Amino acid sequence: MLRHADHIFTNLHGHQEWRLKGAQKRGGWDGTKALVKLGREKIVEIVKESGLRGRGGAGFPTGLKWSFMPKQSDGRPSYLVINADESEPGTCKDRDILRHDPHLLLEGALLAGVGMGAAAAYIYIRGEFYREAMHLQAAIDEAYAAKLLGKNACGSGYDYDIYLHRGAGAYICGEETALLESLEGKKGLPRMKPPFPAAVGLWGCPTTVNNVETIAVVPAILRRGAPWFAAIGRPKNTGTKIFCLSGHVNTPCTVEESMSIPLRELIDKHGGGVRGGWDNLLAVIPGGSSMPLLPKSICDDLIMDFDSLVSVKSGLGTAAVVVMDKSTDIIKAVQRLAHFYMHESCGQCTPCREGTGWIYRVMTRMAEGRARVEEIDVLESVTKGIEGHTICAFGEGAVWPIQGLLRHFRPELERRALRGPQAMAAE
Amino acid sequence: MSQSHTHTHPHAPFSFTPANRKLAEEIIARYPQGREASAVLPLLDLAQRQCGNWLPQTAIEHVAEVLDLAPIRVLEVASFYTMFNRKPVGRAFVQLCRTTPCWLRGSEELVATYKRITDCGPRATTPDGVFTLLEVECLGACSNAPVVQINDDFYEDLTAESFAEVLEAFKRGEKPKAGSQIGRVSSEPLGRDGE
Repeated sequence: MLRHADHIFTNLHGHQEWRLKGAQKRGGWDGTKALVKLGREKIVEIVKESGLRGRGGAGFPTGLKWSFMPKQSDGRPSYLVINADESEPGTCKDRDILRHDPHLLLEGALLAGVGMGAAAAYIYIRGEFYREAMHLQAAIDEAYAAKLLGKNACGSGYDYDIYLHRGAGAYICGEETALLESLEGKKGLPRMKPPFPAAVGLWGCPTTVNNVETIAVVPAILRRGAPWFAAIGRPKNTGTKIFCLSGHVNTPCTVEESMSIPLRELIDKHGGGVRGGWDNLLAVIPGGSSMPLLPKSICDDLIMDFDSLVSVKSGLGTAAVVVMDKSTDIIKAVQRLAHFYMHESCGQCTPCREGTGWIYRVMTRMAEGRARVEEIDVLESVTKGIEGHTICAFGEGAVWPIQGLLRHFRPELERRALRGPQAMAAE
Repeated sequence: MSQSHTHTHPHAPFSFTPANRKLAEEIIARYPQGREASAVLPLLDLAQRQCGNWLPQTAIEHVAEVLDLAPIRVLEVASFYTMFNRKPVGRAFVQLCRTTPCWLRGSEELVATYKRITDCGPRATTPDGVFTLLEVECLGACSNAPVVQINDDFYEDLTAESFAEVLEAFKRGEKPKAGSQIGRVSSEPLGRDGE
């Protein structure tokens, strides 16, 4: 359990003032000049030592990512792009940072910018977060007025701008290269990699794309030191983490906890327990909809971090925990996700564009008891036909939930296929 | 020349109001010189707000003209992103999330409630011009599921009853209080304020 003193997001739920005055009361923007003066190399070194891994889903080491940015400019400016396109089903953590503690993100954006030699940051926020964008823009305006941003930011001699850019409703824009395309005013179609954004990113310039939560923890790491952050959680899985609890828990919530907290403790302590008690648990999606679900038997002793979840063939993803109790029609629950991926496929790669539709239609028939048993294998082969055959990782995200269902609930699929629609209607 | 809420025809003439034209210039200035095309999304949003929450063809063409882009470049963007309405919508544009976290907590009941109150299905506008429903995917407020977005606001922690009240209020021309409908400040665990 996270000690009270170790919380970074002390206004996660908005009980206090979100504006500059409130942020400063909580210790934000305090001595930022000295942190900027640490300089690029020292900042990257501290972030590397902290063990911070990206909070957007992939868990890539943040300091290492920053170190890929060019040390010497060839004339092109470098950019930090912050991914606030929070759209992964189950996930609502960045929203709370954006609306309740936007200055944490802005201070982090400045320090991260110094760490990668960036001239400016663009924050790409999902269009639906209109009120959140208003808070963030107000915070940006306050920071400029207080000379914390802009020319000679915080009196450090470093010039740095932050701009807000609102999206317009497209899950795919959370993929970093689709996000860059969208920021350039185009359809959100992911780019082929390489070249990676650190070489050719926004407007052809070196760019690093980081998640909101990743950037927002940077000031605390620089202030309190890498050893403090690294001591929370387990080796290689360090720091605090915001978890989002949704679905069949008694008190759904977002909460900052220690990385590597046991799932059961997380649900019992903050979610008020599974509806009907722990034994009424059917399955959990541990890290946002793209991460394969896990049945109760695995959940009993599960630790919530990157490496633990990979070892059970799932992933921490965005740490969005979707809880399903025994009343859940698990096939329908995954069928809803299949609809999501069909709707959100950008249509660029054939396997994904066509395959997500096939999956949705087969899943719909399975949910309704109209599928044949043989089709379970067909479904699996369609997932293999998409996985690894697309430009971006959306393909994997779309099929992993299906593969998770097949891995853990195949008997249920068979039972329903054999039972048929008449029996279903009679029940 | 304000044209807000007067646009009902896709070919009615459109140009930004002086105030919006000024806003547009401010938005364009956020991007480096030569990268003005980046302002397509925010300018389309601005145009949509001016038109009463939809984008007539003429507005798309005007944005193209302002940014010196081929109209097709702007049209393909406008048709890619779900938030741009290519047809007029009701005064209350209701986006109802049906993705799994909301579905687990009763979004299907909300669909039924909407139908009962408005006597209208998805993608259509009620004859009185008050409501248009769009069933959408995850809105990103899952710890407050089920969630419905009406215009710019999220209505959270809904039940069939509280959603009916929200809809009735819109029907009366009111704007009910947004956010949690069960008294939560935001996404804290219910009953454990200040945690």
